[in-house]
Amino acid sequence: MLDIPLSVLAAQVFTGLVLGMIFVLLAIGLSLIFGLMTVVNFAHGSFYMLGAYFGFFLLGFTKSFWAALFLAPLMVGCLGLLIERFLIRRLYGRSPDDPLLLTFGLSLILIETVRLVWGKIGLTLSPPPLLAKAVNLGFMVFPTYRLFVLGATIVVLIGLWLFLERTNVGLIIRAGSRDALMVRALGIDLGRIWLLVFGIGSALAGLAGILAGPMRGVYAEMGVNVVIESFVVVVVGGMGSLVGAIVAGVLLGQVVGLTTFFAPKLTEISIFVVMAVVLLVRPSGLFGETGLME
Amino acid sequence: MATSLIRGVTGWINAHPLMSFVVFFSVFPLWLPSTALATQILIFGLFALGFNLLYGYTGILSFGHAAYYGLGAYGTGIALAKLGLGSIWLGLACGLAAALVGGVIIGFFCLRRRGIYFAMLTLAFAQLLYFIGFHLADLTGGDDGLRGIPQLRVGLPGFSVSIESSFAFYYFSFVLVALAVAGLTRILGSPFGAILRAIRENSERAAACGYDISRAKLLSFVFSAMFTGLAGSLDALRLTVVPIESLYWTTSGQVVIMTLLGGAGTFLGPFVGAAAFLALEYRLSLITESWPLVIGVIFSAFVLFLPKGIWGTLTGGRHGHQSA
Amino acid sequence: MNRRSFLAGTSAAVATAAFPAVLRAQAKDPIRIGFPLPLTGPFGALAADMQRGGQLAVDELNAKGGVLGRRVECLFRDDQLKPAVGAQRTKELIENDKVQFVVGGLAAHVQMAINEQTKKSKVLFVSCSQSDEISAKPDTSPITFHEALNPTITCRIMGKWAAENLGKKWWIVYADYAWGKQCNNVLTETLKKNGGTLLGATPYPLGSAEFSAHLPKIQAAKPDVLMNVAPGADNIALHKQVASFGMRKDMKMAQPLLWISYLKEGGAELYEDVYGLINWYWELQDTIPSAKKFVEGSMRKFNIPPGDYGAYAYSGVLEVARGVELAKSTDSEAVANALRKNPVYNHFKGKQWWRSCDNKSFQDAWIVKGRGPGKVKGEWDLMDIVSKVSGNEEQDRTCAEKGLA
Repeated sequence: MLDIPLSVLAAQVFTGLVLGMIFVLLAIGLSLIFGLMTVVNFAHGSFYMLGAYFGFFLLGFTKSFWAALFLAPLMVGCLGLLIERFLIRRLYGRSPDDPLLLTFGLSLILIETVRLVWGKIGLTLSPPPLLAKAVNLGFMVFPTYRLFVLGATIVVLIGLWLFLERTNVGLIIRAGSRDALMVRALGIDLGRIWLLVFGIGSALAGLAGILAGPMRGVYAEMGVNVVIESFVVVVVGGMGSLVGAIVAGVLLGQVVGLTTFFAPKLTEISIFVVMAVVLLVRPSGLFGETGLME
Repeated sequence: MATSLIRGVTGWINAHPLMSFVVFFSVFPLWLPSTALATQILIFGLFALGFNLLYGYTGILSFGHAAYYGLGAYGTGIALAKLGLGSIWLGLACGLAAALVGGVIIGFFCLRRRGIYFAMLTLAFAQLLYFIGFHLADLTGGDDGLRGIPQLRVGLPGFSVSIESSFAFYYFSFVLVALAVAGLTRILGSPFGAILRAIRENSERAAACGYDISRAKLLSFVFSAMFTGLAGSLDALRLTVVPIESLYWTTSGQVVIMTLLGGAGTFLGPFVGAAAFLALEYRLSLITESWPLVIGVIFSAFVLFLPKGIWGTLTGGRHGHQSA
Repeated sequence: MNRRSFLAGTSAAVATAAFPAVLRAQAKDPIRIGFPLPLTGPFGALAADMQRGGQLAVDELNAKGGVLGRRVECLFRDDQLKPAVGAQRTKELIENDKVQFVVGGLAAHVQMAINEQTKKSKVLFVSCSQSDEISAKPDTSPITFHEALNPTITCRIMGKWAAENLGKKWWIVYADYAWGKQCNNVLTETLKKNGGTLLGATPYPLGSAEFSAHLPKIQAAKPDVLMNVAPGADNIALHKQVASFGMRKDMKMAQPLLWISYLKEGGAELYEDVYGLINWYWELQDTIPSAKKFVEGSMRKFNIPPGDYGAYAYSGVLEVARGVELAKSTDSEAVANALRKNPVYNHFKGKQWWRSCDNKSFQDAWIVKGRGPGKVKGEWDLMDIVSKVSGNEEQDRTCAEKGLA
């Protein structure tokens, strides 16, 4: 451990930080939906995948990455709205496992539909030339695009924070996560809020997808591993806690980064081990509240 | 008139699950043209049966049931292929023991939490087992799977029977699965079974009635693991390989689909679900490469409109539960 | 919903699981070849190529009057890239569809499970999968034949060429599973033999498309060559990320296998000057007459040139046919013996032959590299042929090393 140059270690930590922020972006959409609706959204990975595919389509259509970046999450968000309104809403009041099962089924449908429409071979999503470079940070050379993703995630987090803390709708959402019954008793129609939250959550997943596309490629299976990872991040942070999602995402990014550096064979299991340890010590994750989602 | 006839028949079947099982499955391969499919349905039905004890009857959803299926399969496979124990019974016993131990240890840790946290912990443990199985390649064959499980004869007092033919293997499995089904009817019919159902309905109330629900949950978990493990052991003998995917979360997902399709919380639902899923998969994959789409649509339609599953709807069974 | 219609539906669903084919009661039964392959899942495109190759072979055989006067058919079944499903489908093919032979399997772990079934039922199996184990003890058998290349052959060839031509200081990134590990071992050994140094080798979990955590270390080590031992979508992701970290200008990229589907999916720019080995590339038609015939056949039938796995399938099916003709029988053991007695064959790319101890096919292979986007003209002319490597039994382990002396 001692004969590793500091610059290499710094490079690894920084890479892990950016990786962690990608985890955060993936997790916040999931956590938001959990927190308010207590819905376990297995289709999260599929929304991520759709963000990338819609991005590809829009890029071809508009020839502008920025337009695609703006519109693709909106498209995914709209799909999310439709799914909530016409499918998931039917399941409220029934067994709490039902939305989980339904979204699982939906993910099968979405993955296969994408294969039918866009073919079995994956696609290439190119970042704009402005971002397709690498910048010398001194201790390492780092892709400009990843820095952009880091920046975009921070902007989104700030926007989300402002939305939740400073707007009336945000207030209702936060109150609804604490005590849905009470909010209803106050005469507020949670149905429309749930619709909105599901839409926002799916849009966030879609945004993560189109941001990830240029880094990892676009293919139908891209969401499958991601959904498991996102679940782990959300569970470690605590269901419904956005602060938890952020802390957990950054933590797990470092875990993956450092495990890859020191013990690469253990990378695959590292996040599960961390999750198991966290859950056995803190029953509801790092920042979760006992009683929620139990 | 037809409805009441169906109700009558299914009601009788529900009241006599063991007999119905024996009658149906003893002649199953005689009319189903594919014995291979029949055996697969029998074994996966057992897998779903085990899962259903925990999910449908105790109300606890586990994401990691592949762990016990895999432990049963590897236990038997390693005993026969690597340790060279020359007896099928010993092999099965090893598989069962592995699943039992796994169930006790994993259940002990995971049941400390509830709901989605419990489910994620079961997933974590199953993935841990997968990881171990993957990397202990000398013992398990790693990702190439454990190969070379010998086709032993079944030793009975005085003589031995070959189960090499598909037909013979089916009936061998049938006897064992029937024993498991009998065991389950005893469990569910006992006061313990009633406690499980009480936990499913409302675990706080069950606790308030003075039952030791922690112990009951753990016992249910362990029984569930053992039934599932037996299914794994039988599959190891059937395929003479144990693929590493036996421990992967996709296997856990499959059993959830089958149980839901058939009808969670019904006794024979798991077998109906396994039959429906496997027959569909077999048939559909001959017709179209997009068969996962069809399965996804069917599954989602069930969740939305027929949450009781096929058998549940036919028998007017119950739906849903409060998570325990 | 009406329960009655439901009950009817349910029983119908189970009943229609009846196996579909009615046995044709005609004078001569066709010769049936079972063909499990991963039509669904991440390698669907490769499987589609395999299916085309197999179908082309069948059509050509039937156009010539069949084999021993009998029609040939290939029964393609989806193995979903899962061993349990592959084993189940193979069982059904053998028991219900009464196939006499099995060709196929793409994924190594699936073909192991298929092989267990074919060995049990004494059915000849020609594997089209990249695997070291299938032609060695304890998995191989007198009726297990291996048409495709394996990690040892691929990595010895590619390793030697890369060490001689690209650079002597390497880093290897490999998928942490059987194929990846085998490649890593053979590449490391070959590099040493050729006077090179391995600066580092990092495994990654198969299927994970995120490599950024590997790259700082590699950047710091400054290798001449980065060996990309990642399959499928991971291969593309690794190239993308290496390029995005600005590492391409200081390193050469090489990999054991360069499938044409990589270039189609990742793009010519990404794969420009990436070196790899391949068993077949359609532009070989410019220099080999039998290759031209093969490519034309495929273009006529599918309007797509045959790819690497399509070539394996084509050859595998034709070899089964050749064995049946030689043995004048469809008995697997007789066919296997006939193939061993007459091991040399040439269907589309040059001389190939079976080694008798392990039924391993030896064949020519080619070092190729990605053609840059400026030079690509059509949809499929994506690679430049750099060098031909003739088949040679020293490329694989010896019979003794496989436990089969």
